[in-house]
Amino acid sequence: MNLLTISKIRDGTVIDHIPSGKALEVLRIIGVRSGSRERVSMAMNVESSKMGRKDIVKVEGKYIGEEELNRISLIAPEATINIIENYEIVRKFKVSLPERVEGILKCPNRNCISNDPREPVLARFRVENSGGVVARCEYCGKKVYEIERYLV
Amino acid sequence: MSKFRNLISIDDLSRGDIEHILSRADEFLDVARGERKLRILEGKLLANIFFEPSTRTRMSFESAMKRLGGDVINLGSLEASSFAKGESLADALRVVEQYADCIVLRHYREGAARFASEICSIPVINAGDGAGQHPTQTLLDLYTIKKEARLDNLKIALVGDLKYSRTVHSLIKALALFNARIYLVSPDSLKLPEEMLEMDVNFVECDLKTAIEEVGVVYVTRIQKERFPDEEEYRKVAGSYRITAEMLGDSDAIIMHPLPRVDEIAYDVDGLRNAVYFRQAFYGVPVRMAILAEVLL
Ligand SMILES: [Zn+2]
Repeated sequence: MNLLTISKIRDGTVIDHIPSGKALEVLRIIGVRSGSRERVSMAMNVESSKMGRKDIVKVEGKYIGEEELNRISLIAPEATINIIENYEIVRKFKVSLPERVEGILKCPNRNCISNDPREPVLARFRVENSGGVVARCEYCGKKVYEIERYLV
Repeated sequence: MSKFRNLISIDDLSRGDIEHILSRADEFLDVARGERKLRILEGKLLANIFFEPSTRTRMSFESAMKRLGGDVINLGSLEASSFAKGESLADALRVVEQYADCIVLRHYREGAARFASEICSIPVINAGDGAGQHPTQTLLDLYTIKKEARLDNLKIALVGDLKYSRTVHSLIKALALFNARIYLVSPDSLKLPEEMLEMDVNFVECDLKTAIEEVGVVYVTRIQKERFPDEEEYRKVAGSYRITAEMLGDSDAIIMHPLPRVDEIAYDVDGLRNAVYFRQAFYGVPVRMAILAEVLL
């Protein structure tokens, strides 16, 4: 029996296999926040054979590029993406870790140049996966282990 | 042919890059001593931009530039400049790069030099960014080791503040490229950070006496008073990491120090052949010449 109650979408993006509790952060990463106009539905703590519990996010009315979607892997390395057109899945893929990310993480080092409000600078990180995802600030070298804490 | 345009972090350099700079420094040794005249940087202008005072580093760059025939302009007193009025570093750099062929930057924020190199169309050399990098210091340390001891399969003791010293951290990263065996000598509260111990390097923890018996190079750093809860605690600890002539006995180990020293090395060491710390400061000149020639020619 399928207990999933969120409705099908006509055109948009479905992000599945998000670790449970991380749906809101996923939305943040793809730039959906309060005041955004797209229609978003979410299912949290859905049972999953693969993951035990998982979250699912559906976004309608916003085009999300692959590069942006891949950023999700920072906090949801197993996430899968379904692109929906006219109620049909036209493309399905697993997110892959980007080599670097810019503008979505804040450097934990308060003395880092990327945290100087006067400077025209975007924090930029090199991303590595060695047992867990680690982002390394390209300016000061500081490593970020708890990615969620430093999402912009 | 130049191998690089900017010098920002020791992490950007391979062993080959480092060897290249050090052998280039050899070509300038006599020029640095004033024994031979060379004008290869004639007509070139260096802008020294120091947001933090560091007279030695600044003068060492100035000496290097001028002995190669180039000239130097300095950022004047900070209070008098527009930075005090809240101008961004980015804007300041975009102006200064109109006046010079190369920028040497010392700034109090980590990553400032990397940022500067992205903004400027002229080469940027990092002369220290906060607690971050100071690659010319590391290169002159390596050059000193090469000239006064040897770089390959070196046994070196690092003494003092191994926790906070950026000089030590950068040196370790560079020495790792040369298969060094590194003896760590420090008080418990100032041990090398866990993250660095995980590096692929042969580390040995020991006391100062053992280190002096075992190694070819003893690199001493300052133990800062501010790291201790009170003066007495500091004295107790600092005293046991102090090098004296008596301790050295008939050891051949060379003693290095990034300077300034407080009392980590007794004055009676200065006259011994072990003492190379003032020559170490001199080696900064040929090394900076090599770097300037590299980025400017
Ligand atoms: Zn940073």
